[in-house]
Amino acid sequence: MKKKLTTVPFNGTEEQLRKLDELIESKRGVKGSLMSVLQGAQDIYGYLPIEVQRYIASKLDVSLSEVYGVASFYSQFTFNPKGTYSVSICLGTACYVKGSGAVLEKLKEVLGIEEGEITPDRTFSLEVTRCIGACGLAPVMIINNDVYSKMTPDEVEGIIAKYRI
Amino acid sequence: MDNTSILSTRFYGGQKRVALRNCGIIDPENIDEYIAVDGYQALAKVLTQMTPQQVVDEITKSGLRGRGGGGFPTGRKWQFAMGGEPGTQKYVVCNADEGDPGAFMDRSVLEGDPHSVIEAMAIAGYAIGASEGYIYVRAEYPVAIKRLELAIKSAREYGFLGKNIFGSGFNFDIQLRLGAGAFVCGEETALLTSIEGKRGEPRPRPPYPAVKGLFGCPTIINNVETLACVAQIINKGADWFASMGTEKSKGTKVFALGGKITNTGLIEVPMGTTLREVIYDIGGGIPGGKQFKAAQTGGPSGGCIPKEHLDAPIDYENLSAIGCIMGSGGMIVMDEDNCMVDIAKFFLGFTVDESCGKCTPCRVGTKRMLEMLDKITSGNGEMEDLKRLEELANYVKSCSLCGLGQTAPNPVLSTLRFFRDEYIAHIVEKRCPAGVCKDLLRFTIDRDKCIGCGMCSKVCPSNAIYVTDYTAPGRRKPSYAIDPEKCIKCGACRDTCKFGAIEKK
Amino acid sequence: MKTISDLNAIKAKVIDKIYPKNPGEKRIVIGLATCGISAGAQPVYDEIVKAVKELGLDGVSVVATGCVGICQYEPIVEVFESGGKRVTYVSMTPEKARRVVQEHIAGGVPVLEYTVANTKL
Repeated sequence: MKKKLTTVPFNGTEEQLRKLDELIESKRGVKGSLMSVLQGAQDIYGYLPIEVQRYIASKLDVSLSEVYGVASFYSQFTFNPKGTYSVSICLGTACYVKGSGAVLEKLKEVLGIEEGEITPDRTFSLEVTRCIGACGLAPVMIINNDVYSKMTPDEVEGIIAKYRI
Repeated sequence: MDNTSILSTRFYGGQKRVALRNCGIIDPENIDEYIAVDGYQALAKVLTQMTPQQVVDEITKSGLRGRGGGGFPTGRKWQFAMGGEPGTQKYVVCNADEGDPGAFMDRSVLEGDPHSVIEAMAIAGYAIGASEGYIYVRAEYPVAIKRLELAIKSAREYGFLGKNIFGSGFNFDIQLRLGAGAFVCGEETALLTSIEGKRGEPRPRPPYPAVKGLFGCPTIINNVETLACVAQIINKGADWFASMGTEKSKGTKVFALGGKITNTGLIEVPMGTTLREVIYDIGGGIPGGKQFKAAQTGGPSGGCIPKEHLDAPIDYENLSAIGCIMGSGGMIVMDEDNCMVDIAKFFLGFTVDESCGKCTPCRVGTKRMLEMLDKITSGNGEMEDLKRLEELANYVKSCSLCGLGQTAPNPVLSTLRFFRDEYIAHIVEKRCPAGVCKDLLRFTIDRDKCIGCGMCSKVCPSNAIYVTDYTAPGRRKPSYAIDPEKCIKCGACRDTCKFGAIEKK
Repeated sequence: MKTISDLNAIKAKVIDKIYPKNPGEKRIVIGLATCGISAGAQPVYDEIVKAVKELGLDGVSVVATGCVGICQYEPIVEVFESGGKRVTYVSMTPEKARRVVQEHIAGGVPVLEYTVANTKL
């Protein structure tokens, strides 16, 4: 899957770096730990900026291309920061059959961004998620931890408006 | 029976719960409740009363086959991994990377009955002589991960994992590994490279994982639903399990019923149940008085079962005979409003996204196929394209490296086989019979139903609706019409018209 | 945990909690798998725990469980009683749940309109 590189500058904190160091130390010597380190790093930073990938590569003594290779392979890893509100819409089969494609189109229109992007004010980011296994509620939209079930395009504007304030 | 219980419903009545036996009954976070429903009895039994060979023989005799899609006999898989030098490092891996969109039975087992998987992995470990196990679970399932972590912890505290289990001298422990959203990792060799912390790319087989698997050691990989059956086979006997199902497909199968069906949900039925029973008895039929068109099984790797096969008993053999697969158990029902060309395009779009790119037939072939489907659904297709599509599909199927590519053309081949007329309608008549493919849609106003109120013309964003000089008999105002050149097919007029005068074709 | 008899001892102790044996004992299970949680089962669970506590009901246990399989009727609450009695409530809300605790758990009369009998399942 093609990944969009971020357009916002990286500004990690000392605190984040300390946590990252702890994480790397705790996984040292564990067989095949690169993925777990990247997962932990994404929890710390919210995404995987190239600066963090470079740091992990030097600490684990592997090449940056190996780290980048793994990070770019899996769709869970993102090179973009998430908005204050992360909007995702499920395009799994059950949701698609019930019309989640039209909901996604409406979301793009209302937010003015494409999937995998973030609004310039960093309020919203838009993502397409793989099946979350709540197929009985299809189509499903998730904003942070709020789940909206049986979505229709008409409801999009009103729901997004609730988060705009 | 009292009709206030779920047991009295038609939905539940036709089911037989084996893998899902404890889901919704016990508290998955309390190991004592699992023990109360005969949990860990099977592990105690194999460790104290059975040899590894007897365990493998029992599983072989039960006829259990892989529930993740392939349908390979579980006992035979275990047999391959037995033997070798004593002390050889071996692994048991549980494939909980349920990537097939629309399938969630593994999630349900992990969230509702995690100990059944842990117990089965320990039994498998004893059978093949492995002391370590991995559960590779999707990161998209946070609840399942939390319950698994807790279950592993309590199993260790009770001594069901760890050293010298039941005083038998057998050691076994389990680690959890999280996936990161790559569909291809459901393929067993890709899953293993992912556990090794690398890009989850498949590798050629042979050597099979049973010979050379995780970190180069003999490894067996079983799916969650498969493992959920193991303890019961040991407890109740192979004959009990083999008494359910058909000649070559024993036991039960869980399906995630979704799409255009009245009762969506997770159901478990004996192998050999017909699709008609599943859809009309358990599923309650198609909502809104619509016509059943097809059921899709096996997700992006599978195909569809059309109306004419509603009475075929569902088992591995029958499904593959009609170009479909059992898959992991997603079953999406489609009605007359679903366009089968669009569905094929949807699945292919998924595979194109998820193709790991390692081998050319899959990386390039699926992309070219998607382009052909795009051409057809946008009204630019030619009859020649169908032949080319079929030819390329067969190349991708036979030349791809792993299961993902080998099965990716199935949704296309299957819809071409059963719904060729829909493809032809798109190509020859430039028409989408289900009214889904936007480029081929046409909105028209029935001039005799139109009362001339002009509401449609007001909401039209592209000023495509104009007044004609025709006035229907008995009406006071002239009717309206749509200029197809200007129409952007948004459907706003149709939603606005209170008189049902606007048709979408 | 060393022997099968250790297992059997736990089993004997716990099985009556899952399927209540004595009249008056009730077990309330709430489906708290992903599908249930997405449909709002957590507030239902919280309300039931609160209501049972407020009414000071004895012999009643409240338990979170996995999914029973009827996704579109989540959140689902089931009541298990002695004699193998099982009542399935569907599409629950905290308000409905409180009424079930008051009328069924405390009062002994199931709230029929919320049960599966009132669906087309």
